[in-house]
Amino acid sequence: MRQSTALDNVRPTPRARHLSVGQREALWGYAFVLPWVIGFLAFSAIPIAASIYFGFTDYSVLTSPKWVGLQNYVKIFTDDKLFPTSLGNTLYYVALAVPGQLLIAFGAALLLNQKVRWLTFWRSAFYLPVVVPYIVSSVLFLWILEPQVGVLKYALGKVGIASPQWFQSEVWAKPAIVLLSLWYMGSYMLVFLAGLQGIPDHLYEAASLDGAGRLRQLRSITIPMLTPTILFNLVIGIINSFQVFTFAFVMTKGGPLNSTLFYVYYIYRRAFENFETGYASALSTILFIVVLLVTLAVFSWSRRWVYYESGGDAEGGR
Amino acid sequence: MGMRAAGRTGARAKSARGVDVPRILTYAILAAGAFVMLFPLYWMVATSLKLLPETRQFPPVWFPLPPRWGNYAEALRFQPFGRYFLNSFLIAAPVVIGDAIVSSFVAYGFARLRFPGRDAIFMVLVSTMMVPFIVRLVPLFLIFQRLGWINSYWPLIVPSLFGTPFHIFLLRQFYRALPGDLAEAARLDGLNEFGIWWRIYVPLSKPAIATVAIFAFQQSWNDFLAPLIFLNDNKKYTVALGLANMLSQSGASTQYWNLLMASAAMAVVPMILLFVIFQRYFVRGIALSGVKG
Repeated sequence: MRQSTALDNVRPTPRARHLSVGQREALWGYAFVLPWVIGFLAFSAIPIAASIYFGFTDYSVLTSPKWVGLQNYVKIFTDDKLFPTSLGNTLYYVALAVPGQLLIAFGAALLLNQKVRWLTFWRSAFYLPVVVPYIVSSVLFLWILEPQVGVLKYALGKVGIASPQWFQSEVWAKPAIVLLSLWYMGSYMLVFLAGLQGIPDHLYEAASLDGAGRLRQLRSITIPMLTPTILFNLVIGIINSFQVFTFAFVMTKGGPLNSTLFYVYYIYRRAFENFETGYASALSTILFIVVLLVTLAVFSWSRRWVYYESGGDAEGGR
Repeated sequence: MGMRAAGRTGARAKSARGVDVPRILTYAILAAGAFVMLFPLYWMVATSLKLLPETRQFPPVWFPLPPRWGNYAEALRFQPFGRYFLNSFLIAAPVVIGDAIVSSFVAYGFARLRFPGRDAIFMVLVSTMMVPFIVRLVPLFLIFQRLGWINSYWPLIVPSLFGTPFHIFLLRQFYRALPGDLAEAARLDGLNEFGIWWRIYVPLSKPAIATVAIFAFQQSWNDFLAPLIFLNDNKKYTVALGLANMLSQSGASTQYWNLLMASAAMAVVPMILLFVIFQRYFVRGIALSGVKG
């Protein structure tokens, strides 16, 4: 029996009978998570490792990879004008789109957390854009922001504002894309709403007994209690926004004058238009590291402002 | 009143908390917000029903009368959109079924079984959600190229048949919230873990699995970057690719905006129908994702 335990570890066999309850449960556990582990190795771990490796090679689709050490990275940091441009564009987008989305989502959630009529309607209206494919909203906003006969130009004209040229303007193309991103704030709003509804009523009751006004309650109860939710939305928002691609690919092709050439779009060009696999992989690795660092920075910064209830609602299991 | 609607989210409509914006102001802001969110969709439909000269009128034509329903037929002739719809469904169907079932299976393992390394593996799973897709995309392209899968639907289907991290995460949250003695009772009745998952947890989690299935459909239907990379034969295009193609074909200056909007409207119809019918699943799923885990 001793010798056969190694075999038993592979899969549950009739011999599993001789295993302890805990061992049997562990075998089942591995069997259950195995599909994901295989998928993870094949479609995540190996590709990520390959991407890091290719970053150190000279590799185009036609040739096989040749180790060149840091050459790609040296070129990226010293001799590639589009690297700072595209990274800057993406940072600009992240810096505006994420706070913009979260602020609007937070405001909407606060309004909907009151006793309002037709809650389902309002919530659906604010969430509905989220189900619209990026390609559809891109085409649609191209039309709404059309500089000659677009409906937004008309609306702005009514209030005496001359409409910018939006996607034809180096200055306004990025803000136009940020504007479109705000249309997608609905899922953050739903997360905030769920967070707000999880705040126990007795806190507010106690606060109003103490004579705290509504604004005071917002500052001292709602926002502190919501900080874990804010952190969650912030991290998800940052990760999503760093990947901005479709809007620019469809609406501007990265122009005018590379003002909407976002970082992922730049990788796409190097990889799938110029077929510089090695170079594109080095760019990808940098993105990976940047997103990782930003996320870690947000997490460590969050220790200063996220409020965790001590003890309390630990979940089931372990 | 609002109570019935609010009850759906599982939370009572509570008295105004935190802020107390005067009622009139609340409704005014909500109405303005809803207008901003919904107007683009209205404008898409309105434009899709106009004659081409009407789209060029300024000030704009607010209500196209009579509506030109024929634009939809014309848009379908402009490009083989019927074909693209079929293609998108052919991809989405196995993705939805496979992703939902496998994610549920894996989630049960993470939620209800104890084994060494479980929490570490789960941490890895959560971390993979943070890796930008483009980082994996270049090597994936090379792998699928070697397999001869480029210009087929396999690259768009197969990876999701192993479960996807976000959906596993959601279902794990759900399973952990279920009482554990369900499984204990079944174990005493002689069911093995597979049986417990399939006979007890799957039926109990139908709403959560439906949520995941809907998210999987949305992801597959709306996906743009992956089909753009992996498909190059026009006949195999998805709806999203077809629409992008139509935009680039019709040229920047002389857009057939009415036909484009008709195509765009058709591309979004399945998603909007799904949302209207299964609205509560969307809401529940998103709410579940925010629960700390």
